[in-house]
Amino acid sequence: MIAKTLQDMFRRYRRPGDIVFATLFFLFSLFLLSQLGSETQVVKRTKWFAQPALWPTIAIWGMVVFSGLHLLSSFLSPRIPGRLREITFWLKSLEYVVYFLIYVVAVPWLGYLPSTILFAALLTVRLGFRLPGAFCIALVFGAVVAIVFRALLQVNIPAGRVYEYLPDGLRAFALTYL
Amino acid sequence: MDNLISGFAILAQWQVMVALIIGSVGGVIIGALPGVGAAVAIAILLPATFAFEPIVGLTLLLGIYGSSMYGGAIPAILINTPGTAVNALTTYDGYPMTKRGEGHRALSLAYSASFFGGIFSILCLIVLSPVLARVAPHFGSREIFLAAFMGILLVILAHRGQTFSAAMLAFFGIFLNTVGLEPVKYTRRFTFDQTWLSSGVDLIVVVLGLFAISQALLLLVDKEHAPGEAHVRGNIFTGLKELLGLKRIATVSSSLGVLMGMVPGTGEFTSQFLSYTYAQKTSKNPDAFGKGSPEGLVASEAANNAVPGAAMIPLLALGIPGEALTAMMLSVFYVHNVIPGPQLFAEQMDFVMALYMALILLNVVVLIFLLFSTNLLLKIIQIPTRFLGIMILTLSFVGVYSLRNSITDCAIAAGFGVFGLILKRLNLPIVPIILGMVLGGIMEVKLRSAMARVKSPLDFIDRPIAAILFVMILGIILLHIRSLIQEHKDRVKPQPVLDEDTTQQG
Repeated sequence: MIAKTLQDMFRRYRRPGDIVFATLFFLFSLFLLSQLGSETQVVKRTKWFAQPALWPTIAIWGMVVFSGLHLLSSFLSPRIPGRLREITFWLKSLEYVVYFLIYVVAVPWLGYLPSTILFAALLTVRLGFRLPGAFCIALVFGAVVAIVFRALLQVNIPAGRVYEYLPDGLRAFALTYL
Repeated sequence: MDNLISGFAILAQWQVMVALIIGSVGGVIIGALPGVGAAVAIAILLPATFAFEPIVGLTLLLGIYGSSMYGGAIPAILINTPGTAVNALTTYDGYPMTKRGEGHRALSLAYSASFFGGIFSILCLIVLSPVLARVAPHFGSREIFLAAFMGILLVILAHRGQTFSAAMLAFFGIFLNTVGLEPVKYTRRFTFDQTWLSSGVDLIVVVLGLFAISQALLLLVDKEHAPGEAHVRGNIFTGLKELLGLKRIATVSSSLGVLMGMVPGTGEFTSQFLSYTYAQKTSKNPDAFGKGSPEGLVASEAANNAVPGAAMIPLLALGIPGEALTAMMLSVFYVHNVIPGPQLFAEQMDFVMALYMALILLNVVVLIFLLFSTNLLLKIIQIPTRFLGIMILTLSFVGVYSLRNSITDCAIAAGFGVFGLILKRLNLPIVPIILGMVLGGIMEVKLRSAMARVKSPLDFIDRPIAAILFVMILGIILLHIRSLIQEHKDRVKPQPVLDEDTTQQG
């Protein structure tokens, strides 16, 4: 009877994979709680409201309590098939994260314009756009983004180190605008 | 009057006008693209605007914010795909109208209702300005603390059926804000002896990760969604005339949009829900709702477009953002050392006036743009969604990297991108994290300065505004408890058919 009432109270609409996320988030909250003593300090001769540990304590206890309830409601809701497929979807995104980070590392070396053109073009190929038109659009898009942000808006992005090897006239231009 | 003239002079600068046009037109296009919302565009452009004057940067972002919902109505009505999340309700009545050959009429009504809602909210903002200028200075530390607390409470409770997850994510946001070197006692909090954590977790990095990179990853990994083709003929401004016949619904819906826009933590969805319910309950033909009712369409579009103008009220008057987009805009103020809050009205009223006028102008620019461009926009939205993913990911890099040229920032943003993707896939809310970060920071600072001046806890609410806010907070909690008890009673009643998908959590 009690179990039935609990189920009625906590059961909710959810998607496949919810319980995996709920468990991971709850464990993460518990980990933070275990570190509360060592990662924050209680300062002497300071009132409670000015203690540096006050807000992390409130936040982490809030995370623990509510992620615990979230997990409980996941457990008490009917299981939805498709958990593995969903987690595979999450993991697939890591492939693009890796490409993104390679791009990030490449910019200070190759320069913003060449890296951006390459990034857009390679991703286009990776995603299966095989038509020359799609490839050209990617090249133009990469070039336009780099020119608009670095040359026109002068956004704070460093010049590529390879620009140093360019001929004199072109080098100064590339260092400033590309 | 001097402020008005001075505000006009600020607005008349060519940089401001260019920002206004780019923001408004860009916002409509971005809104019309399913999968790219105003939040993604604002997150990407945010760091770029730091190089501009505050009025230029804010006008650009406001342009995107205010116009994206106009654009979002186009695919919602013609191809049953909302351009932005807040246009979802528009599909209920807009698409059935298209199916019975009234796409042109539906679009026309949606534009007109959006324009009405937008202008109505700005007029409310202008009318309320003298009141705000008078009331805002009475907001001291304790009142701002209580208002921020109310914002957190509302953003959690507004997520009906997801209260636990909204609460845990709001607390996570508060936690993120505490990471790093604490600025008063200079102690480290949750840095794990890592230098890259000493400076804390930057709000913009989190915003870009959760909104932009997550959306890019979602589009890249998901299968291609090709929007259907559509074409519309005729003068799309006949709806302005038809709107006159529905002015009661448009006015009430816009008023609800203004009210919900002003209250931190609520916003478009709540205002739409209330206005749609009102329109249906007072309609002579309630059965037509969801089957192509012009009243339902007007209620939905007028309410959501009234929110952006109203959302500027707590931001400008108190420095408290009510939702994610105004939280992002707050960082533009901070970067330029313009502190929104009571002092802004006292010292920079011309700046506030310029923002109001920019809001009015953007609605006019959008309306003119839509006059010529609806069919062009229908072609633009045919961009393959996976290619959109490439575009967003490429642009996200500029947003994160240009902040301080940090590879670590990019890695953190990518991490939040994956986290955001999981939240989106699970249909869990992202906004509580952002509001937790912003309002958590405000609460920490304000509690510290407020408590230093009170002797007993009761002194905290001994001023009229603080007492009113406190009573409102109690009222919100009591109302929520009452609704939970009511829901529980409804559940235990014997029901003929049990619906597995509509259970609510506590």
